[in-house]
Amino acid sequence: MKHLEQIHNQSAWLTSLISVLLGMLVGAGMMLAAGYDPLLAYGALFQNAIFQPYDLGETIRTITPLILTGLAVGLAFRTGLFNIGVEGQMIIGSLAAAIVGLKFSLPPVLHSAAAVAAAAVAGALWAFIPGLLKAVRGVHEVITTIMMNFIALNLSNWLVRTWLSNGADSTDKIKESASLRWDLLSQWFDNSRIHLGIMIALLAAYGMYVLLWKTTYGFELRAVGYNPHASEYAGMNVKRSILSSMMISGMFAGLAGACQLLGTSGYLSIRGGFEGIGFDGIAVALLGANAPIGILLAAVLFGVLTYGGGNMQFAADVPFEVIRVVFAAIILFVAANLSQSIFSRARGMRREPHA
Amino acid sequence: MNAVEMRGITKRFPGIVANDQVHLSVNQGEIHALLGENGAGKSTLMNILFGLYQPDEGEIFIREKPVKITGPTKAAALGIGMVHQHFMLVEPFTVTENIILGAEPTSRGCIDRHRAEREVREISEKYGLRVDPTARIRDISVGMQQRVEILKTLYRGAEVLIFDEPTAVLSPQEIDELMEIMENLVREGKTIIFITHKLKEIMRICDTVTVIRRGKTIGSTSVKGTSEQELASMMVGREVSFSVNKQESRPGKTVLKVQSLTVKDSRGVEAVRGLDLEVRAGEIVGLAGVDGNGQSELLEAITGLRKAHAGDILLNGEAITRLQPRAIARRGVGHIPEDRQKRGLVLDFSIGENMVLQTYDQTPFAKGFLLRYPEIFRHAKRLIEDFDVRTPDEQTHARALSGGNQQKAIIAREVDRDPDLLIAAQPTRGLDVGAIEFIHRRLVEQRDKGKAVLLMSLELDEILKLSDRIAVMYGGRIAGWLNPKTTNEEEIGLLMAGGKVGEEVAQG
Amino acid sequence: MSKKGWAILMLSLVTVLAISGCGAANNQADGGFKAGLVTDTGGLNDESFNQTAWEGMEKAKKELGADVKALESKRDEDYIPNLTRFIREKRDITWGIGFKFEKSMRDVAEQFPDAKLGIVDSNMGGKIPSNVVAVTFKEEEGSFLMGVIAGSMTKTNKVGFIGGITSPLIKKFEAGYVAGVHAVNPKAKVEVVYAESFTDEAKGRTIAANMYDQGVDIVYHASGGVGKGLFNEVKTRKKGKYWAIGVDMDQSRLAPDHTLSSMVKRVDVAVFDVMKDLKDGKFAGGKQVELGLKDQAVAVADTTDKYVPADVMKKVEDYRQQIVDGKINVPATDEELKSFLKK
Repeated sequence: MKHLEQIHNQSAWLTSLISVLLGMLVGAGMMLAAGYDPLLAYGALFQNAIFQPYDLGETIRTITPLILTGLAVGLAFRTGLFNIGVEGQMIIGSLAAAIVGLKFSLPPVLHSAAAVAAAAVAGALWAFIPGLLKAVRGVHEVITTIMMNFIALNLSNWLVRTWLSNGADSTDKIKESASLRWDLLSQWFDNSRIHLGIMIALLAAYGMYVLLWKTTYGFELRAVGYNPHASEYAGMNVKRSILSSMMISGMFAGLAGACQLLGTSGYLSIRGGFEGIGFDGIAVALLGANAPIGILLAAVLFGVLTYGGGNMQFAADVPFEVIRVVFAAIILFVAANLSQSIFSRARGMRREPHA
Repeated sequence: MNAVEMRGITKRFPGIVANDQVHLSVNQGEIHALLGENGAGKSTLMNILFGLYQPDEGEIFIREKPVKITGPTKAAALGIGMVHQHFMLVEPFTVTENIILGAEPTSRGCIDRHRAEREVREISEKYGLRVDPTARIRDISVGMQQRVEILKTLYRGAEVLIFDEPTAVLSPQEIDELMEIMENLVREGKTIIFITHKLKEIMRICDTVTVIRRGKTIGSTSVKGTSEQELASMMVGREVSFSVNKQESRPGKTVLKVQSLTVKDSRGVEAVRGLDLEVRAGEIVGLAGVDGNGQSELLEAITGLRKAHAGDILLNGEAITRLQPRAIARRGVGHIPEDRQKRGLVLDFSIGENMVLQTYDQTPFAKGFLLRYPEIFRHAKRLIEDFDVRTPDEQTHARALSGGNQQKAIIAREVDRDPDLLIAAQPTRGLDVGAIEFIHRRLVEQRDKGKAVLLMSLELDEILKLSDRIAVMYGGRIAGWLNPKTTNEEEIGLLMAGGKVGEEVAQG
Repeated sequence: MSKKGWAILMLSLVTVLAISGCGAANNQADGGFKAGLVTDTGGLNDESFNQTAWEGMEKAKKELGADVKALESKRDEDYIPNLTRFIREKRDITWGIGFKFEKSMRDVAEQFPDAKLGIVDSNMGGKIPSNVVAVTFKEEEGSFLMGVIAGSMTKTNKVGFIGGITSPLIKKFEAGYVAGVHAVNPKAKVEVVYAESFTDEAKGRTIAANMYDQGVDIVYHASGGVGKGLFNEVKTRKKGKYWAIGVDMDQSRLAPDHTLSSMVKRVDVAVFDVMKDLKDGKFAGGKQVELGLKDQAVAVADTTDKYVPADVMKKVEDYRQQIVDGKINVPATDEELKSFLKK
């Protein structure tokens, strides 16, 4: 625990917690102003997201890719990189998983494992390009990763239209052997689409923790993230660190894509635009202070809000957009680090009488 | 009359009391030194005077009137100006533009550039600042930039000027010029508060000195009635020795040999041009020179941080010219870098992690791919004790340490690796006398253990005190070798400025 | 984490649970006819089939006293949980609007064999589960008439078509339209561009601007929300020279002085009819209900005569009659179009 605390110190916990509460308060204020009942809405939200096995399963399904995209963004952040390309790396991951799931024939467990691995590799390779440009030419990764997102989107759409389907808007379903669904698990959760991706996500979170805080390589990645000059002085290979950090980040994003495709949808369709799960990963990482445990908790929160938010319009007629406002408000509060000033003021007031 | 009086100022931050009932009174028209070690609370006190912090307790009087300084704007209105250590200038703007920024004179809604330039020129001439109002900031020297900062405060009508460690960034020449400017200012009726920890400067220019230690006022005295020795012990709280006790050096075999080395700087200009240099075991070679004459590039080339363009670097007879920094370090080169916060430490790492910045992947700190934190922290604990690094514990982030302790941590790390060659670049920059004394002792200790030490410093004092031989760099070459026993500051200064000196010691 | 930290965490958890407890929604059935509608990612106000479908629901509310409700999907993955929500509420019928529901509808239909479902714009690849009614439209027939209007009225002999995402459904619009243009004006050329989106308004506007700049004077679209960009663009251009043709519902109010016509797809009528039958005990489960000009489920918008002269209107009526009578077989795919054009 001592060590964990160091990674994710107490003030970060408080910042996140207070930001969440404030964010939800802002949402409540908006609902009141628009004439909705915030208690009813939030009640419906949480009740719907958690209390029934089916909903719990679907909520976990929603959480799964958020954990992975959050880890992807968080890991890059830790090494001083801002990977906005998680969305695109995820699309490429989905694409690779779909190709393996559709075009290959393998025995059940092996098939899904191969599809997951393909997605991870594809995501890593997609992130390799901006990583290389950053390391070698110093091109800012924010610009390149955004560009790569659009390339990924259009590449995926083009391949779906031309190769993976016959001019239709979506591919067939992947072969059963490649699916990440597990009947027993689905049954426990009342036939919801929960899938083994959640195990992948949890393993990835643990993997990130071990990599960054337990291995010599993670030591290098973190050092480069905090201070590339000192890392160079200490004889670390800064360029290699940037490159591999981007690739590991892309790998997580690719895994998120695999989960979406092999677990949730089972097919790839032409996208009109970005789904935004990769971008939500930025919010998750920010709220989770770029630490694995924090990212897990933040993903849980955002997953609950996203899935439960669907029920708000159902039970309380509150439009889903309110949930996006709550998201945005939470992130705003985290970024502005309001809790810090609130706390220091509270502390100051407490001291005043003694003075 | 008191220009400034601060009574019973107390300021608390979470965990520490930065100022504890501090008292300061500054007479009109004097240069008043505020002396203290790093972290003693000088900056906090001045930030309170400048309105950046609000004191928890205490009163402030400006020209004998009680005031409440709510912010920098209020401070400026009261005639208080601050020349910050880190300049706050817009690089692509001209001098005038920077000076009028935020207080632009206008005519019919437009900036009246000509009036502004005229005013800036007038003030500049009045105080002998000799600043070109139309030059761009990025094109002028650091010393000039500092003068722009001074002009900025004067333009805003400052009567009391706070100088926050102004000499830290200047060359000896520039320091002289600054002192002259400060005298001009006082002659014209301004009052100066001079934050410093350099005793020489106080003795040279100040009228009164107030010493602060650990947030408390230790005392205030007239400079005429005191000595460097007395001030030093007031500041540190114990007797301090200035001279370094060292025996005659017994140089052994050549450890470092640099042969016709050429190195280009980041802009592709040759910064080191066909330089030869030799450092032997058991001696300290002092590398003197005005900043920017290729010293930094030379050290970076030796440590592998910068590629050598031509020439050879031999360590114990083996070429290390084209090796990576890590390989060079492992062959026995320790490096105390010039910029400790940029190069020397990862500030957001714990002290423990910083202590193994180069060796984290070696036994006993790692087993295979896995780090062994217990070993890392045990190692750090030992170094912290051996080198007297003042830190709550080995898990504290390096950022939380004072500059002196950060430097001690770096020296601990580098010395502990037991390198054959120790390169120390400006090892005492910005440190207080206590820390300087400690670091000097350690460097001599290395020499006495038979290690080769290459010391680069802009402080001639330091060079003269520690070196067994002095190499003066000018224009990317060694302009001459001097014997510290027989030479003096003037002679070194002459070589540094590109002149010639008759007597030289033979190289090697 | 410190004790205080834990205390705050626990406190907030308790608060959350308390909120959810008291907010428990109470949706007990009142015995009447209940229907649910799930939109695709276009949302309820898409000026297109989701919106018309909802009009049908509202009509059912008025005329059948039905309890109706809609859920908007934000992502493709929301289709299944949204459908499931209605099914678990035991709605008498749950609609999925749009062909994107194809795969989700099959999964849900298998999982809940007792639920009754409806899908619009898809025949589910010909294999319709027994508890699903699939409503499709002969869009090619209506589009043919749009082609007749465009072909007759173009001054530049260049007309345009903006498609949404390339798919068999949108192909039906394209094929019918091209055939219609060709029937009245073989010299006219049809520019076809797909936006590969149903939501990207900006892209729609760019495509439209490009077409008009290249001399196209009439543009028909079948692209959902993308089409809004077409109307935004045409509005800025010279009145009486540049025209747009709308789709799904009468879109003339988007650009009242620049809209020639709209190919109205009466999703509302279809949705309402299916629900009315269901209330009366008839449910065409497992069947495809295909509606065309004959059923007046696709039609020319009522406001068309505002700018389309009487002689063209008469031509349109002629062709409509021929199609209803089966004299013209309107092509619905690329292949059918090819053989149609050869004739």
